[in-house]
Amino acid sequence: MHKKIKTSLFYALVALIVVVSVFPFYYAIITSFRGGTELFSASVLPNSVNIRNYISIFEEQPFGTNILNSILVATTVVTISLALAVTASYALARIHFKGRGLLLMTILSVSMFPQVAILSGMFELIRALGIYNSLPGLIVPNTVLTLPFTVWVLTTFMKELPKELEEAAIVDGASPFVIVRRVFLPLMWPALVTTGLLAFISAWNEFLFALTFTLVNEVRTVPVAIALMSGASKYELPWGNIMAASVVVTVPIVALVLIFQRKIVAGLTAGAVKG
Amino acid sequence: MSTAPNSSPPLTKVKRSNLTASRLRAALLFLAPMLIVLAAVAGWPLIRTIYLAFTDANLTDLSSAQFIGFENFYAVYDGETYGLLVDPEWWNAVWNTVKFSLISVSLETIFGMAVALVLHASFKGRGIVRAAVLIPWGIPTIVSAKMWGWMLHDQLGIINGMLMSVGLIHEPIAWTANPDTAMWSVIMVDVWKTTPFMALLILAGLQMLPSDIYEAAKVDGVHPVKVFFKITLPLIRPALMVAIVFRALDALRIFDLIYVLTSSSTNTMSMSVYARQQLVDFQEVGYGSAAATLLFLIIALFTAVTLTAGKVKLSEEA
Amino acid sequence: MKIRATLLGTVFAVAGFGAANAAEVSVTCDTVGQGHDLCVKQVKMWEEKTGNTAKIVSVPQSSTERLALYQQILSSGSNDIDVFQIDVIWPGILGSHLLDLKPYSKGIEKDYFQPIVANNTYKGKLVAMPQYTDAGLLFYRKDLLEKYGKEAPKSWEELTATAKEVQDGERKAGNDKIWGFVYQAKAYEGLTCDAIEWVDSFGGGGIVNPEGDITINNPNAKKALELAASWVGNIAPEGVLNYMEEDARGVFQSGNAVFMRNWPYAWSLAQGADSPIKGKVGVAALPKGGDNGKQTGALGGWQIAVSKYSKNKDAAASLALWLTSKEVQKMNALEGSYNPTIPSLYADKDVLKANPFMGELLDTFSNAVARPSRATGANYNKVSNAFYNAVHTVISGKATANASLTKLEKDLKRIKRKSW
Repeated sequence: MHKKIKTSLFYALVALIVVVSVFPFYYAIITSFRGGTELFSASVLPNSVNIRNYISIFEEQPFGTNILNSILVATTVVTISLALAVTASYALARIHFKGRGLLLMTILSVSMFPQVAILSGMFELIRALGIYNSLPGLIVPNTVLTLPFTVWVLTTFMKELPKELEEAAIVDGASPFVIVRRVFLPLMWPALVTTGLLAFISAWNEFLFALTFTLVNEVRTVPVAIALMSGASKYELPWGNIMAASVVVTVPIVALVLIFQRKIVAGLTAGAVKG
Repeated sequence: MSTAPNSSPPLTKVKRSNLTASRLRAALLFLAPMLIVLAAVAGWPLIRTIYLAFTDANLTDLSSAQFIGFENFYAVYDGETYGLLVDPEWWNAVWNTVKFSLISVSLETIFGMAVALVLHASFKGRGIVRAAVLIPWGIPTIVSAKMWGWMLHDQLGIINGMLMSVGLIHEPIAWTANPDTAMWSVIMVDVWKTTPFMALLILAGLQMLPSDIYEAAKVDGVHPVKVFFKITLPLIRPALMVAIVFRALDALRIFDLIYVLTSSSTNTMSMSVYARQQLVDFQEVGYGSAAATLLFLIIALFTAVTLTAGKVKLSEEA
Repeated sequence: MKIRATLLGTVFAVAGFGAANAAEVSVTCDTVGQGHDLCVKQVKMWEEKTGNTAKIVSVPQSSTERLALYQQILSSGSNDIDVFQIDVIWPGILGSHLLDLKPYSKGIEKDYFQPIVANNTYKGKLVAMPQYTDAGLLFYRKDLLEKYGKEAPKSWEELTATAKEVQDGERKAGNDKIWGFVYQAKAYEGLTCDAIEWVDSFGGGGIVNPEGDITINNPNAKKALELAASWVGNIAPEGVLNYMEEDARGVFQSGNAVFMRNWPYAWSLAQGADSPIKGKVGVAALPKGGDNGKQTGALGGWQIAVSKYSKNKDAAASLALWLTSKEVQKMNALEGSYNPTIPSLYADKDVLKANPFMGELLDTFSNAVARPSRATGANYNKVSNAFYNAVHTVISGKATANASLTKLEKDLKRIKRKSW
């Protein structure tokens, strides 16, 4: 009996978390089916189901291309940052050398400037590199945004892993590279997937760089494409279209989490080898 | 038989120093690509910003910028003081940002921890719930901020509509317009949006904990609350601290959300909104860069305080 | 992209075809649906006429983001965009990067609204040609005013009284969501437009006069702000303090407001097929302030300018002049109800047939008050920011009009120092 109450309380908590998280998204969905004056309705229930907003977002701009661009940019950014961060974080977490703390702070300080302040310098750099108005021109600055984060998180998790693991491998004569690949990577899955997901979403949602470093719709990413949507007349906000677009672009994110979330449950392995 | 214990210490020492040298080489090799990329891309924009902070650069003609020392920070002309350090609007923005960051990051930590603990338990449909929880973080801020703007609209908003229909309030509340509620509205939306970030990082920390500790505690019949405070919390402290640091970095630089919800109203103006206003709207590249640099220093200070308070040792032995 | 363009150019040059002066220019168009389609069509017409090609660059709808993008591109001296569509308040801000169009226009600017041409003149250079114009208007509920036997108000005092009476009457009748008046009072550029209308209609001037003197701290401006401060919570919801154009339209179009201040765009939407107030809406010029006041409206609208960093200045200027020509403006008026910037078009039969109310608007445009973007030049945004923040503190009840205007004057002097 006691256990039953506990279980139902737990599920009530789960339900509360889901409702709070999803409610605004639900609002986006019902609004995306509305048009004209209905958009000003405060009703919690859908008034009508009309998919014309969904059709028009794909008709009025190359929205499919925009989604592909976003996927391409975010995936590349995550791959690069994780690849660079995994080895770097091994050095920062497991190898003792002078100035490690200072180095970590320096890396972090890159994330301490407001984005708008480094915009102009980045703009000059992107143009000097000749990658203005192209996807590489988005990948480069986004990497800078996610790299300090991935390095720090992976370093923290790498530090937590038991010493004995590594020592056994060193005794076996394994090189640092092999140690990272064979010993740490398998144990780091929860951290890698989590960091990767969070970095992916940051790159996916980045707006200021994506807006400033592109000129034509074909190389633009999703947030910019949404910001460029416009109503039939000045000042009119194409609210139905914007909501439809938001619903569409949330689908890949949800799919991504569903695919990768299994990998987050890998902690048991870490326990098994604890010395 | 008895030679081993006698001869092994010197041998290990030699081996160890060889090992240390090779490990240091490996460290250099491992760090180099990351540091080169970071320096190549971030170096110029950051140096440029700091340099411009000491000039009178203006967008009208960037090439005529002149070095003016600390005048953007503090200067006296004809007995009147000028500069960031004596600008009440700047200090208002600093105070707003600090207040916002302290409250929102604290709330996000508490809620994030709760959500992480729930997601850590195994139950049916956990995968779906995880995906659902991540949705707020997944919607682009420019969209979710506007969405909340409409949901919090005093006359047409769904929030007032619901609260009134269940009888919690009788008059619509002007959430984003009233100076008393505007900051709280911003905090609420930020908590809604970034709790998933916190939750996911803490969850990763929980997942990487050895499970045998729990089993031992379970066997000993320790109360779950005690397990949490005595075992879980200390063990996930590093993960928690890194989550808090990065949340605080973002909170102290908050821009989009405030800009969309309340524009440049002084009630909610943050340091980044102030810096953007100077850099872009007012074309004062020099003064705006000075604000950005000061913002950088304030954030560095906060980070140092947070790391110290969280007992994070950056160079401790693994 | 660029390399390919250069290569192609070389190939064409070597092969010896293509007109000798054929050039490619990049142009930013109107962002909104209909305006964008019209622009695409007009650019195509220009391509056919001149043999040049034009690439259309899409830009954000929000004008603050658009300005930020333009500034980024222009201040770095980049030639990525040749022809810019710019807001009426930007010539002073962007002027130093824009090309003088006088050598190309050959005096045609004298056929346009002179206040706008003056607005687009920066340090003696004509940096932009007027494309279309806009001004604040008063929208009202014809049916409600008739029900209470009222006329469209001639003064702000009358509007206040009428709004109160209709609002109270309707609430008593059970419509507890109704408000008297909605407008734009968020702390942003829109509030500068609204507030400069209040001040100007009371005879309080336009913040800074054309000579550059700060004039805002005067009794008429004070009167205007005091009246406006009495609206919030009385005839206007408190939320109006965070309203932009669409927030106000949302309330009005849902049938929950008697009066609304907005731009002409709201007209066709309020009269849309699904609008609950279709056929019940009236439009008038904004009221006068007191008996000695004047009818006014904040001047809005867009201009076409050319970057001085453009590689093809002749082609770019020719496109700019084409996009603002009488022919194109007439097309915009007929197909998109855009308000022309050439006075003679307001007497054009076709234009009036398509837009019956446009004739009356000529008065509003002739009387419109320009925001002081010309006198204050590159400092305009600072002035506007100081002004809307000062107004916002008054109407949200945090300071008296007197104190706020005194402080505003001091702040403006500080911004100005010796000259703008």
